[in-house]
Amino acid sequence: MRRVLFIIPIVLFLAVVAYFFVAMRGGYDPSVLPSAMIGKPVPSFDLPGPPAPPNYAGPPVKLGFSNRDMLGRVVVVNFFASWCIPCRVEHPVLMGLGPSANVPVVGIAYKDKPGDAVGFLNEYGNPYVAIGMDESGRTGIDFGVYGVPETYIVDKHGVIRLRHVGPLTAESVAQEILPAVRALLTQP
Amino acid sequence: MRIFFALGMLLGLLLPALAVEPSEMLKDPALEARARAISKELRCLVCQNESIDESNAGLAHDLRVLLRQRLAAGDTDQQAIDFIVKRYGDFVLLKPPVEPATYLLWFGPAAVLVVGAIGAVIFVRRRNRALPEPAPLSPQEKQRLEALLREPN
Repeated sequence: MRRVLFIIPIVLFLAVVAYFFVAMRGGYDPSVLPSAMIGKPVPSFDLPGPPAPPNYAGPPVKLGFSNRDMLGRVVVVNFFASWCIPCRVEHPVLMGLGPSANVPVVGIAYKDKPGDAVGFLNEYGNPYVAIGMDESGRTGIDFGVYGVPETYIVDKHGVIRLRHVGPLTAESVAQEILPAVRALLTQP
Repeated sequence: MRIFFALGMLLGLLLPALAVEPSEMLKDPALEARARAISKELRCLVCQNESIDESNAGLAHDLRVLLRQRLAAGDTDQQAIDFIVKRYGDFVLLKPPVEPATYLLWFGPAAVLVVGAIGAVIFVRRRNRALPEPAPLSPQEKQRLEALLREPN
C-alpha cells in the first residue's frame, strides 16, 4: 500500500510531462481555432463584385457571386484583403491551387474597399474565378471568419467541409487541401 | 499642484478601459445594458484573452455591433448568444459550458485538491500511528526521574 501511494505522484507527473510533450509539438498552434461551421451548410450570401479591373487580360472572372452559384461543385472559398500581409505570402500558392486541384477557387474580399481589392489582384495576379466584396464583414462573420486569410472547402451540396486558418503553404496544400478536395470530388 | 495631477492619473488607472464607442451604443438604455452584459461574456477571438467589450480589435467591434443589431431585432439574450456561438463555437464563450468535454476543466482543480487532502490526511495519520506509546515508568525509574529533576543545574 505504501508503494502505491509513493508512485501516484510520479505517475501524475509523467502524465503532465506527456501532455506537455504533445501540446508543445512543432507546428501545433493552439490559437488556431477549429471551425464551428464544419458540416453545416454554407451561409447564404449575395455579394457584389469589385469594378472590372482596367486592361484585364486574364481568364473570365465573375464579379460578384452568391452561395447559390457554388452549388453542384466542390469550391474553395478564400477570404483575403488588400491590407493583409499573410495574404501576399500565400498568393503564389493560391495562384497554383485551382489548376493543381482541378477545382474553382473563389475569393471574398473581407472588409476591403473595391478599388483596393482590384489593385491588390492587379499587382499580384488573380487566382479567382469569382470575386465578391464583403465590405462590412458580415458574410465573414456568417462563415465564422476571425482573421484573414482563411480558406474554406465547400462540397457539391453546399456543406462546409474544411477550414484552413492562416496563409496556405505548399505543404498545407499538399497535406490538407488536395486530399480533402480529391475526396470530395469523388463524393456523389 | 503636481500631487493632484499625479493622484488624478493614478485614479484614472482604476477606471476600466472601455472599447465600446459612443457610436455603437444603442439608444435604449435597457437594450444597451443587456448588450454590455453579454459582451462581457463573449471572447474576442483575435486577442483570445479579452472580452469583446474590452477589445479594440476590428472583429470585436463587428461583433459588438452585430450583438446590438440582434437585440434590437428582438432576440432574447440566449438567442443572440446562440447566433454567435453557432458561427464561432463554444470557444467564443468566456465561461465554457459544463459538458462531458469540459468536466476535466471545471472539476479538475477541485478533484486534485480532494486527492491532495486525502493524501495529506493519510500521511499525518500514518506518522502519528508510527510512534509507539512508551511503556509506563517503574517505581525505581520514577524515583530516579524526580531526583534528576530536583538536581540544580
